[in-house]
Amino acid sequence: MESRKPRIAIHKFTSCDGCQLAFLHLGEDLLELSEKVDIVHFVEMGPINPLAKVDVAYIEGSISTPDEKERIQHIRANSRYVITIGACATSGGIQALRNFANTKEWMKAIYATPDTIATLETSTAISAHIKVDFEIYGCPVNSQQILASLLSLLHQTTPTASRDKVCLECKRLGYACVMVTKGEPCMGPVTQTGCGALCPSLGRGCYACYGPAENTNTTSFAKWLSSLGLSDEEIARRFLFIQNNAPAFKEEGIKLKGKNKHD
Amino acid sequence: MLYFLAYEQINDLLNALRTLGYTCMGPQVQDGTIVFDELNHAAQLPWGVHDMQKPGYYRLQQSEKKEAFAWANGPQAIKPLLFKPKESLWRVQKNDDGKLIFKEIMPDHKPVALIGARSCDLAAMAIQDKTLLKDKFIDKQYQWHREHLFVIAVNCSYSGGNCFCVSTQTGPKATSGYDLALTEVDKGFVVDIGSDKGRNLITTLKCIPATETNSRQADTRTAQAASMQTKRMPKNNSRELRNILMNHLDHPRWHEVAERCLSCGNCTAVCPTCFCHHQTETPVAQGDGSVHAREWDSCFTQGHSYIHGQVVRDTTEKRYKQWLTHKLGTWWDQFDTSGCVGCGRCVTWCPVGIDLTEEMAAIAGESNVVTDKKKGPHDD
Ligand code: SF4
Ligand code: SF4
Ligand code: SF4
Repeated sequence: MESRKPRIAIHKFTSCDGCQLAFLHLGEDLLELSEKVDIVHFVEMGPINPLAKVDVAYIEGSISTPDEKERIQHIRANSRYVITIGACATSGGIQALRNFANTKEWMKAIYATPDTIATLETSTAISAHIKVDFEIYGCPVNSQQILASLLSLLHQTTPTASRDKVCLECKRLGYACVMVTKGEPCMGPVTQTGCGALCPSLGRGCYACYGPAENTNTTSFAKWLSSLGLSDEEIARRFLFIQNNAPAFKEEGIKLKGKNKHD
Repeated sequence: MLYFLAYEQINDLLNALRTLGYTCMGPQVQDGTIVFDELNHAAQLPWGVHDMQKPGYYRLQQSEKKEAFAWANGPQAIKPLLFKPKESLWRVQKNDDGKLIFKEIMPDHKPVALIGARSCDLAAMAIQDKTLLKDKFIDKQYQWHREHLFVIAVNCSYSGGNCFCVSTQTGPKATSGYDLALTEVDKGFVVDIGSDKGRNLITTLKCIPATETNSRQADTRTAQAASMQTKRMPKNNSRELRNILMNHLDHPRWHEVAERCLSCGNCTAVCPTCFCHHQTETPVAQGDGSVHAREWDSCFTQGHSYIHGQVVRDTTEKRYKQWLTHKLGTWWDQFDTSGCVGCGRCVTWCPVGIDLTEEMAAIAGESNVVTDKKKGPHDD
């Protein structure tokens, strides 16, 4: 068989399109990459071929419609590796807040003819529907993570990702801790790294867009936030935000909300 | 013989170091903390700045009194200059025949003169030397930074709320590891010479000898720093503490502290003796190769104990226990010293304010509070 360049597709599901931009933001590296791979489907950039058989499919977005439920199965069947990118694809995204509400009633309240809109009751991660080979977290993901995943595969090594806390990266980069110096609530100690401690670098608290780190202690952390003066409701909102459907955050958020009701 | 360096001579000192080819790194206020960054002028020093430190708490205050070093250590000092948070070690590239070619990456920048290293950090540097420059296991990059460092120590005249170096016998006065050691007194510093390099510098600056009054004041200031400390390490950080820990691996306190601990690793990142690191391999887009780097790791991560497909220390209890039974325990067996120098950083920078002296007090059954203390400025 004639040797050919590996084929790449970038697919979109329910999302804001922001994570795909991480490819375009690669700039010069993207030009280098396009020498090494064929990008056969990437609507944001130009090529359209959704049914192409590929070596690597990057998926942005969550599953929130009946059509998407089906489409993701075809992509799995057509792809050697599936890599999900971003909060939507890895945990359901901000739109998973709908999972806490009564979808039918919301639809009725908002749309004139809700029956013409085909939507699911929930927004869920891609991994809830198909086998995913590698997940890249973040809202949005950063370009270097994308590049590293693809280069690893091109070098025939397994891509790696750290699930350590943001704090470690924050300290490596020498940023002043906003919690300790200002009492500002920062989700860094329960959030996984990957962003380069972007928020603390700008003097604000992390808002957990990369989702839970491994071995999180959300209960102790919530207690500390409450000692900084936050109400249970305010703390719950910090967990039930962009990564509201990630199990560790969902559980703590629901617990705090429940507590609030009894008070 | 002791010398006197007037406040007005600080800029001369910086100029002289620059003439010798050094980049001067010194303390300055940034983002609400005192950090070490390039110091070009005496005016950048934290004049009149004091720190308030409690477990999980750090704030700066400005006072009228114009002293440059009336504060206790901020989050970092020497460690990131020598044992870099991330440092590239080598590059590997395929040549035209498909053979792998390895190329070492050595640091390539001006030597650094550090102004304001404290006694605890010099003690920590000596401990890091034991790990990173040991026998034939030499970390070449660390060695390079170490050999290109000029150290101007500052003896403490003030202790922070979490300092406990008196009990660990590592301060407040520096005893070795410096080229020059300063003690702040009225209008300037008493200077002690620690090396020939230091002596040459003082000769260049034409410093006058310190007076009897100067040196007496310096002693009083150091004694004042010592008397301000309210915390101590139980068993004075001795081998006895090691034995107690090793005999109490099942103490219920390990479980209790694990309920509070976030397993975030801030404590190990700020600890001046922690040396754990992992290595990363980053493929490069251009060409066919990758860069190999070492990066600070922590016993609080899962990667730290990942062996043969399994995370050995999978719970926070195991990780917290590892941190302190090593630092205060088996460190003795490995390096013939404790791994704690009493800087108090891990207490201040723990986002949930866990205080290791308090944890040790619970396990060792001996108080971590210094009794009979005059009130210090951070006590109210
Ligand atoms: S600023 Fe946030 S991420 Fe950084 S060390 Fe503090 S708590 Fe952790
Ligand atoms: S264990 Fe804590 S107090 Fe001791 S040297 Fe390390 S950071 Fe400082
Ligand atoms: S002791 Fe504090 S700083 Fe260390 S891992 Fe636990 S929570 Fe983080």
